[in-house]
Amino acid sequence: MIDERVDKSKRQFLTTALTVVGAVGSGYLAVPFLSQMQPSVKAMAAGAPVEVDISKIEEGQLIRVAWRGKPVWVLQRSPEVLKTLTTLDGELRDPQSMESSQPELSKNPARSLKPEIFVAVGLCTHLGCSPTFRPEVAPHDLGENWKGGFFCPCHGSWFDLAGRVYKGVPAPTNLEVPPYRYVNDTQIIIGEAEGKIA
Amino acid sequence: MNIKPSRLTLCGNWVLERFPLAKVWNDHMAHYYAPKNFNFWYFFGSLALLVLVNQFVTGILLTMNYKPDAKLAFDSVEYIMRDVNWGWLVRYMHSTGASAFFIVIYLHMFRGLLYGSFKQPRELVWIFGMLLFVALMAEAFMGYLLPWGQMSYWGAQVIISLFSAIPVIGDELSLWVRGDYVVSDATLNRFFAFHVIAVPLVLVLLVFMHIVALHEVGSNNPDGIDIKKSKDPWGHPVDGIPFHPYYTVKDVVGVAVFLLFFATVIFYMPEMGGYFLEAANFIPADPMKTPEHIAPVWYFTPFYSILRAIPDKFAGVIGMGGAIVVLFLLPWLDRGKVKSIRYRGGIYKKALMLFVISFIALGYLGTQPVTPLATTMARIFTAIYFGFFLLMPIYTRWEKFKPVPNHLTLDPSLEEKIPALIALWNEVTEMKSIETDKGAVIKRRFNVEGTKHVLIRFAKYLKESLD
Repeated sequence: MIDERVDKSKRQFLTTALTVVGAVGSGYLAVPFLSQMQPSVKAMAAGAPVEVDISKIEEGQLIRVAWRGKPVWVLQRSPEVLKTLTTLDGELRDPQSMESSQPELSKNPARSLKPEIFVAVGLCTHLGCSPTFRPEVAPHDLGENWKGGFFCPCHGSWFDLAGRVYKGVPAPTNLEVPPYRYVNDTQIIIGEAEGKIA
Repeated sequence: MNIKPSRLTLCGNWVLERFPLAKVWNDHMAHYYAPKNFNFWYFFGSLALLVLVNQFVTGILLTMNYKPDAKLAFDSVEYIMRDVNWGWLVRYMHSTGASAFFIVIYLHMFRGLLYGSFKQPRELVWIFGMLLFVALMAEAFMGYLLPWGQMSYWGAQVIISLFSAIPVIGDELSLWVRGDYVVSDATLNRFFAFHVIAVPLVLVLLVFMHIVALHEVGSNNPDGIDIKKSKDPWGHPVDGIPFHPYYTVKDVVGVAVFLLFFATVIFYMPEMGGYFLEAANFIPADPMKTPEHIAPVWYFTPFYSILRAIPDKFAGVIGMGGAIVVLFLLPWLDRGKVKSIRYRGGIYKKALMLFVISFIALGYLGTQPVTPLATTMARIFTAIYFGFFLLMPIYTRWEKFKPVPNHLTLDPSLEEKIPALIALWNEVTEMKSIETDKGAVIKRRFNVEGTKHVLIRFAKYLKESLD
């Protein structure tokens, strides 16, 4: 570059102006580029509610339904299980579900609308694996402290049969309870909260 | 007398007047002087380049038949395996190549730890190399989703969920990465785009920068000496030899041996007992059910173990990321004045040994299911892993170095070792007369006393070396 008798301040001004305009332009262009990676309208619309017939679920049985591409569990709990749940508070991280995600009406110790029917999103709150249903008490591989619950095979998180997380495992919060409501005694709709149509 | 140049020469000259082909060749091959004592550990750089080329060629062939669609992906891989001519070979070359890449890269990085190749003035060579390592992990991870098997699906689910552990923006970020509320067709399609275009371009750029940075400062060597200090009258390092033909020829031998192993795996054990291709990945992805036992492919298991060992979601993710970040900081953590392990103090040797043990142990534990004992072990080894790096500024200050020679030392050649080997053989064996039905025969037999001497001598040598 030839620098003799050149007014450098003008050059500097032009350089700065071009840089600023270029940066602003790239910034604007980045918006459509980045946001096109967001879920598309079609993906967002795919979250339709699911109807589940619960009349054929036996005591102790768990069924899986797909809702928004996620596994949702519906479990029929026995009175003994419900009794066990009340004794676990000391071993749990969040027994009252204060920091966990559930509809207001399910924010109770059994984490359900009706205590015997438990509905939850079957994905671990740690890193999203689907925990295995292990209702038996003190099985060989899980040890004597196991009171029945859900065990995540990926990173070893423990949940009780109300989806409440134990202390000292990687998962931070209880399993998520989706919004759901009873149509009648034998049918529930997952994806719609009680009292209002979502 | 003037010889008329041939047509070919004229064509060559025409190009050379317009393009600096000869200059590039000379700068980086024929006139690039490398230390003359490169040993076994110096094969892995060129092998990494070979595997990269293998991945590019087989990868391009695979895209010709693969369908990046959640409904079609799994079947299209099976189609490649069964119906496409030689499809099985191309696919196994690609999947085995992925594991081979990490074997070669881990050994290449270990060479750096042995001979201090990351130390001044090669910090940027190390940083570019580490960026390559990270890009390679991203490439491997996204490639593993493409077959759309159970392990693909749940592995991606776990790794993308790692982002959700970041406070405030985490959930939005993982949603953005997936492009859907769960791992789905959108995720598969974008991972395909990243795997075949975006990351490969980054890899090529980084390889270029890695080599340019290396050739600017020159290669390190097993003695960790700067060979540019003593030059001959023509300005070439006395201890250096031109990369071409000396090291190109040496590397061809390395390539031949590597291909022997590579072909054995491809033809006889392409799944490597579930380590290179996991059993659960032969089942199509099922978003409703996680396999009983999920583990990442072997090359991620050390970091996966660290993640599992920490009983807190965010801290676990920080630990896993930190395990890679500390590697970037290595040039500034190591305060030792001497590069090569040959002249470093016993404390670094011991620390490096502990680090290698903990890295391998973490890798093994990551392939195993979670049990209380395994978790405790993983915590201990995680502590050692980080201890190696984070305590380095302290313990490398206490190091007692051995004197570093001015010139490269050369390992004795095989011929020079023969007398010593014969002496060793005579020491661990002895001639004994043995009674047989045909009379006494003198036979060579194992000598317990002699072997004991040899072992004691070896132990003493080891102890001296580690003090």
